[in-house]
Amino acid sequence: MAEKVLMKGNEAMAEAAMRAGCRFFFGYPITPQTEVAAYMAKNMPKVGGTYLQAESEVAAINMVYGASAAGARVMTSSSSPGISLKSEGISYMAGADLPGVIINVQRGGPGLGSIQPSQADYWQATKATGHGDFHIVVYAPSTVQEMADFAYKAFDVADEYRVPVMIMADGMLGQMMEPVVLPEARSLESLPEKPWATNGHGMKRFHNVVNSLYLTAEDLETLNLERYERYGTIAETEQLSESYLTEDADIVLTAFGGAARVARSAVNAARERGIKAGLFRPITLWPFPTKALAETLGTAKAYLDVEMNMGQMIEDVRLVVKDAAPVEFFGRTGGVIPTPDEVLSAIVALNEKVGE
Amino acid sequence: MSENQDMKVVYERPHSLLPVVTNFCPGCPHGIVERLVAETMDELDIEGETIGVAPVGCSVISYDFFGCDMIEAAHGRAPAVATAVKRVHPDKVVFAYQGDGDLASIGMAETIHAATRGENITIIFINNAIYGMTGGQMAPTSLPNQVTQTSPYGRDVATAGNPIRVSELLNALDGPAYIERVTVDTPKNVRKAKKAIKKAFQNQVDGVGYSFIEVVSTCPTNWGMTPQAAFEWMRENMLPYYPLGVVRDVTAEGFANAAEAASARNATCPIAHPENQEGAN
Repeated sequence: MAEKVLMKGNEAMAEAAMRAGCRFFFGYPITPQTEVAAYMAKNMPKVGGTYLQAESEVAAINMVYGASAAGARVMTSSSSPGISLKSEGISYMAGADLPGVIINVQRGGPGLGSIQPSQADYWQATKATGHGDFHIVVYAPSTVQEMADFAYKAFDVADEYRVPVMIMADGMLGQMMEPVVLPEARSLESLPEKPWATNGHGMKRFHNVVNSLYLTAEDLETLNLERYERYGTIAETEQLSESYLTEDADIVLTAFGGAARVARSAVNAARERGIKAGLFRPITLWPFPTKALAETLGTAKAYLDVEMNMGQMIEDVRLVVKDAAPVEFFGRTGGVIPTPDEVLSAIVALNEKVGE
Repeated sequence: MSENQDMKVVYERPHSLLPVVTNFCPGCPHGIVERLVAETMDELDIEGETIGVAPVGCSVISYDFFGCDMIEAAHGRAPAVATAVKRVHPDKVVFAYQGDGDLASIGMAETIHAATRGENITIIFINNAIYGMTGGQMAPTSLPNQVTQTSPYGRDVATAGNPIRVSELLNALDGPAYIERVTVDTPKNVRKAKKAIKKAFQNQVDGVGYSFIEVVSTCPTNWGMTPQAAFEWMRENMLPYYPLGVVRDVTAEGFANAAEAASARNATCPIAHPENQEGAN
């Protein structure tokens, strides 16, 4: 049994990435992801890896593009405004079928926003991480343990489907310390082969080309259709979620990441008051866990979506729930973290409303 | 028949240049320069060890022309992409082939930082004072009073600013090992350009450091000139602004590589030279 260690969420993600075989990290300073880059700067040289502080977020994601094209496991991390800058490179990665891991330790927005925890980049991550027709896989951990687990898993998923994968954390999870059991370090020899990589053909094969440009519209359409078949497979097989006390719940809360921790406390408090509340927590934001959420449709009288934003994931919840039950929203924005009491009040009010 | 037996091949397609038809306009010097790069790969026997980066611009399709592994990069980002490829494969040869809008405008940050980091890569920079692929807009290297689609009354430096001499700009940095400006308007200059390009690749193989070749070029299509007239205009107007020649060569200065030269330049900075501190071994 592996030993538990006390780590910050940001550090746990960095350590887990290295254990997954990531040996290249390209970053740019921004709060509140600082510890990810600092950890990489300190520890990458110890394992023969590369930490490079790029001249910009744009350069950093394009370095990820280059290292991935060259066949390496590679990661970058940033926070909300920096992710906007990376959107160019993420789109190019998707268009060139390049795997890679991007961490977003979210802060309040829009603009320079705040440096406090937020979930306001849900739409950006799940609907439009960049221009063009594509998806990326998005994991939303809720504990330091999950930050380590999904930072590790992200590399396998990225390589398997040749897609960028994002870890959506927030400033609270990133800065928080919790005990964590770190995943086993992988040997670099065990990493998957990448016959498509541009790593020098040694005169043994025709040249490989990593590219997202297609001047014939029908060629690009064909590729996009193929890519969407792959997205279909991902949506079918990679959905992850946690259902907590939902089996008999009248009020089902939906919340992810940091907000789900608050929502869980509120569910417990509601249960103590005799209100049958439960929590549905998406772990993959894309693909959204539609199948598991649909399983709550028979019993739930109402849904309460709790987010640290003005209401973004609620649209995906409504796409599943449709007219089966009312879906209401409680959120705080700008970097404000909702309290369990606030959420409990919203549960109580909703319970009274649907109980009538 | 007996005559044929005495014939020998003196000129053929380099192996590193694939047998495909390029998309370049008639009279475009890109074909000449790409051939020089391919000849260099053949002569140094590095086609199988080379990864090229072709970013947005007329040069982008060259991923289909070069026989080595190729990566298409976003506009301006080739130096960042090339940096990462070289970090992953330090034993391989990595080059980027960029135009002026790409390298000196949208990609200036990537250009300067790859240079100042002294990445051991080779950059081929085509400076033809215009955006070619998008149809002839003003470039960062367009000359004062030069008419383009977006400077229809001529580039007014009072409002559009001055052109950038990229080679001289990069020479202000400690990172580069070798910077030379060449052109390909005459057979003699093509031979000089070939020599410079080959040296820029050889430097990388030898670990000398970041090498940058600026090729002053033309765009007959968007300049609205015949290829001959374009070269004439280039000689008359561009070469006085962008003089040909070696801008930096650390090996000619007697240094083994760019790092040694940089160290000599900052010799008076104590923190850069802990070996000179009192008590140092």
